[in-house]
This record gives sequence, structure tokens and C-alpha cells, in this order.
Amino acid sequence: MALGLPVARPQAAPSASERQARRRRRVWSYTTLTALAVFFLFPLVFMFVSSLKPDGQILTDVTSLRAFLPVGDISLDNYAGVFDRVPVGRFLFNSVLVTVLTVGLGLILNSMAGFALSRLRWRGRHLALALVIATLIVPFETIAVPMVYWVSHLPTLVWEDGLLKYDFGWLNTYQVQIIPFIANAFSIFLFTQYFSTIPKSLDEAARIDGAGWFTIYRKIVAPLAGPAFATVAIVTFLPAWNQYLWPLMVVQQEELRPVMVGMQYFFQLDPAWGEVMAYTSLITLPVLIVFLSFQRAFVSSVAASGVKG
Amino acid sequence: MALPALTLLVLFLVIPALLAFGLSFTNARLISPNPPRFVGLDNFVRAFTADPVFLRSTLNTFVFAGVVVPVQAGLGLALAVLVNQKIRGVTAFRVIFFVPVVTSIVVVSILWRFLYQDDGLINSFIDTVTFGAWHGMAWLNDPSTALGAIIVLSIWQAVGFHMLIWLSGLQTIPEELYEAARMDGASPWQQFAHVTWPGLRSTMVFVLVTITIAALGLFVQIDVMTQGGPVNSTSTLVYHAVRKGYREQETGYGATISLIFFVIVLVIALIQRYLTREED
Repeated sequence: MALGLPVARPQAAPSASERQARRRRRVWSYTTLTALAVFFLFPLVFMFVSSLKPDGQILTDVTSLRAFLPVGDISLDNYAGVFDRVPVGRFLFNSVLVTVLTVGLGLILNSMAGFALSRLRWRGRHLALALVIATLIVPFETIAVPMVYWVSHLPTLVWEDGLLKYDFGWLNTYQVQIIPFIANAFSIFLFTQYFSTIPKSLDEAARIDGAGWFTIYRKIVAPLAGPAFATVAIVTFLPAWNQYLWPLMVVQQEELRPVMVGMQYFFQLDPAWGEVMAYTSLITLPVLIVFLSFQRAFVSSVAASGVKG
Repeated sequence: MALPALTLLVLFLVIPALLAFGLSFTNARLISPNPPRFVGLDNFVRAFTADPVFLRSTLNTFVFAGVVVPVQAGLGLALAVLVNQKIRGVTAFRVIFFVPVVTSIVVVSILWRFLYQDDGLINSFIDTVTFGAWHGMAWLNDPSTALGAIIVLSIWQAVGFHMLIWLSGLQTIPEELYEAARMDGASPWQQFAHVTWPGLRSTMVFVLVTITIAALGLFVQIDVMTQGGPVNSTSTLVYHAVRKGYREQETGYGATISLIFFVIVLVIALIQRYLTREED
């Protein structure tokens, strides 16, 4: 009771007019919420429905509510067309590979860094933490252009004619889409915060039993930090799947491109809209399914990232 | 154990940031047989005196952020208050309002490009509700409406994220405070002004900083929908940096634009922190 007011004062039963006012407010709330739900969903409903219609019908249907209904000449032809015209299976494979490796390796390396920053005493620890926090405010867009220049000069190993050779330039590879995004200042920060809430007495007990630091991380601290791992997985999953600017610049080779960049096939002046809608539906559905199945975790992760940021 | 992650952070964040600084004083090109040459402040002079597209892009970026930051923060808060009510089915609405956030901005941009066409859904809607009195237009092809059209879809896509941030802030405010205020006869508006708003201070800082940084980095919508046109009315700082530094291969000049962009982001973030921290 921050206001210093008495906690409970017997409340009179609500009068008839009060009840009426409350009911009116509720009706108003539901009307507003429903109108907003329509506003937030109509483009996506339109996308899924249109992906089933031929181009001509999409254009004539926009003049009526038929635009949102799967009626008329419904078929999966547009999806077949997409698979004929672009290597969408390959794009999906690339995106899944890049996303899984970026998120997975990120969970391991960033949590190890968080462990070291929150529980180990070493020289330079404070400097390292300051570095992590400082890099939090650098938007990727500011370093994208110099980074293209940088990765095009980095050394790499290539397998050529049965020999491992040394070469320069990371352009047109998988590694250029994954390695720069594994370490994430925000993830390290979240892990550091979360790990410091786990009692240090656990470590000491394990040390007495002769456990090394890595064992303590793997067997004791990490298993207790499930929510932190879930949050980091969720907040790094979307940007990895949605990558656009970076692969646009560093991957010209079609076989290595992810789904978002693959969409460029459809950016012509007069696109075949039915196929466009089929393609966008195809790459949106996996994410929507993941989101709807884990919506509770999504919502609490976003909330957690906000509170702690 | 911190070594692998910290090494990667230095390699792919600290070094590129320093490189942005270093390259902006050179004439480096992406693919060139000659090593970069030091050219002093030439790139900066060029940006501010000889590149009208840069100046226009800076202006557009500020206009975009100037509208998006207050509107998106305000709408996000309004949505949060709406879905913070204790009524049946409210969780479903939270999920629905968040759906555009998990939809890729690339998909959203291409979808809205179709909606904005002169024979698209939005025009036919306007046509219907005005009984044909007002005929639509190609929103993205008109320099006076293109940026506004992009502002609308950008807010539509991202506002659900900030709704959740505000919501988590709202839920940290103890219910007893509202009960006490109600007992003192406070109206819903007075409850908001005297209980809710003061309790949301740190949430507000976070919301404003994240929207500002995201808004200043506007790129995908432009690249997918307008390529900076018509007549540069939607070109932005990041779009211009990519156009110069990558498409036209002028890495040095692109780095200069990136650096100017970074300084702007930094200054605004610091100003916001300062302004909102003052009263603590």
C-alpha cells in the first residue's frame, strides 16, 4: 500500500446503474478489440485465400468480401507454379539450416559466455562485460556495408580436388550467413543476468566434489536455466529466419540463398500475384505454426526481453 | 569459456564498427585491384554538399521516425491497456495483435505493395465506403503519399511487439494501487494518469529507444516496395548507404553514410536516456 490507504473497506454491492455502465464498457471493449483483430488479420487472410485463386480472380475479387473467402476457382495450382519456377525447396532447406545453426550454436556459446561473466572470477571480466553492453546499441545496419568488405577479405578453407586449400573471401558460403550472427550481445546479457540469480553455493559444493567449471556449467547451471534458454532461442529465431539485407549482399549464388531473398524472383513490375501469394504463404506458415504452438513462451520471452533490456 | 563468443563479437561487431570509421576516410571499393587510399574528409564533404539524395534520405529518415516513434508507442500503449482488461478471451486478442510481428517484414512489404495498387484492396475499400465518390490512387507511385503508405504498414507490422512490452510494464503495477485510487473516487482516466503512467517510466524508455533505433534503420520496406522512389521520396539513410556502398561498390562512401547514421542513432539514444532519466 504505497499510498498509505486502508486495505479493505467494505464495498457496497454495485447498484443497477453501475452494473449497466460496466456492461456498456464491456460491449465497447469487445467491439474495439474485434475491429482491431480484423485490422491486424485482414492482409494475412487475404494472402492465404488469394494463394488458392487464379490471378484474374484475385483482381476481380478485391471489389467485394469475396477477397477474404476461399470461393470460386480454388486450387493449389499457384503452389505447383512456385515449385516449378523457383527452387523453393532449396531455399527452405537453406533457411532451416542457417536458422538452426545460428540459434543452436548461439545458445551454446552465448550461455558459456554468460556463465563465465556471471560466475567466474577472471582478469578482464568487467572490461568484457562493458564491451558486451556497449555493443548492444550498435544496430546491424550501421556495420552492414563495412562488414561486406571485411568478410570478402577473410581467410577461409576450401576443399578443392581432394585437397584442403587456403583462400580468401567468405562471399557465397553458408558460413557467412551463420558465423557472424552466433555471438549476440543481447543473448550474452540475458544469460549473464539469469545465471547470476542461481545460488553460487551450488558451484562451491560441486567444486568440493571435484567438478571442473565446464561440468558445473553443463550439469548444474544450464539445466536450471531453462527459461533463459527458451527466451534466447525465441528472440534469435525470428531474425535468423527473416534475414534479408545481409544475404542479399553476400550471397549471389542461387543454391545458397535463403527464403526471403529467394522472393526476389517475384519483384518484377508485373508479378504473377497468385504465385507471389503462394510463395509468401509457404514461407510464413512454418513461422506461424511455431508461433501458435509456443505462443505462451513467445509472449513471456518478449516481455522478459523488455523488462531486462 | 567466454572466449569463443567474445572473439566472434570482436570479429563481427567491433572490427566492422572500427572499419566503418576507418573506411569512411578512404576511397575503398568493394572489388578493386588498388588498395584503398586515404582521402581525408572528402566523403563527408561530398555527402553534405554534393549529394542531394543523401540529404533527402536523411530528411525522409527523420520524417519516418518522427511519425512512427510517437504513433507506434502511443498505439502500443492503447492496445496494451485494452488487452490488460480482465475479460474473457483477452489472450486470444493478444495473440492476434502479435501475429504481424512474427510475419517477416519482407512478406509484409510485398503483401502491402499489392494492397496499395491502384486496383488493390485498399482502393476498392475506399471506393466502397465512399460510395464511389472518391477513387483510389497508386499510393506508392505518388511522391506525396508513398512515405505515408510505408509508415502505415510499418506500424501495422511492429505495434504488437510494443504492445507486449507495455503490457509487461502494466502488469508490474500492483492491483492495490488501482483499488485505492478507485476508493478515492478516481475516474478511469485519473487512474491512468496518476497510477498507470507514473508506473511505466522505465518501460517507456525501453519502448522509445527500441522504436527509434528500428525506425531509423528503415530498409526492407523501401527495398521491396519502392527502391527509394518515386523521385527519392522514400530513400532512407540505410537504403542510400547500401545503394552507394554495395550496389555501386563505393565502400568508402557507403561507410561514411553508415558512420553518419550511427552517430545520429547514438546521439538520439543518449538524448532519450538523458531526458527520461532526469527525474529519477
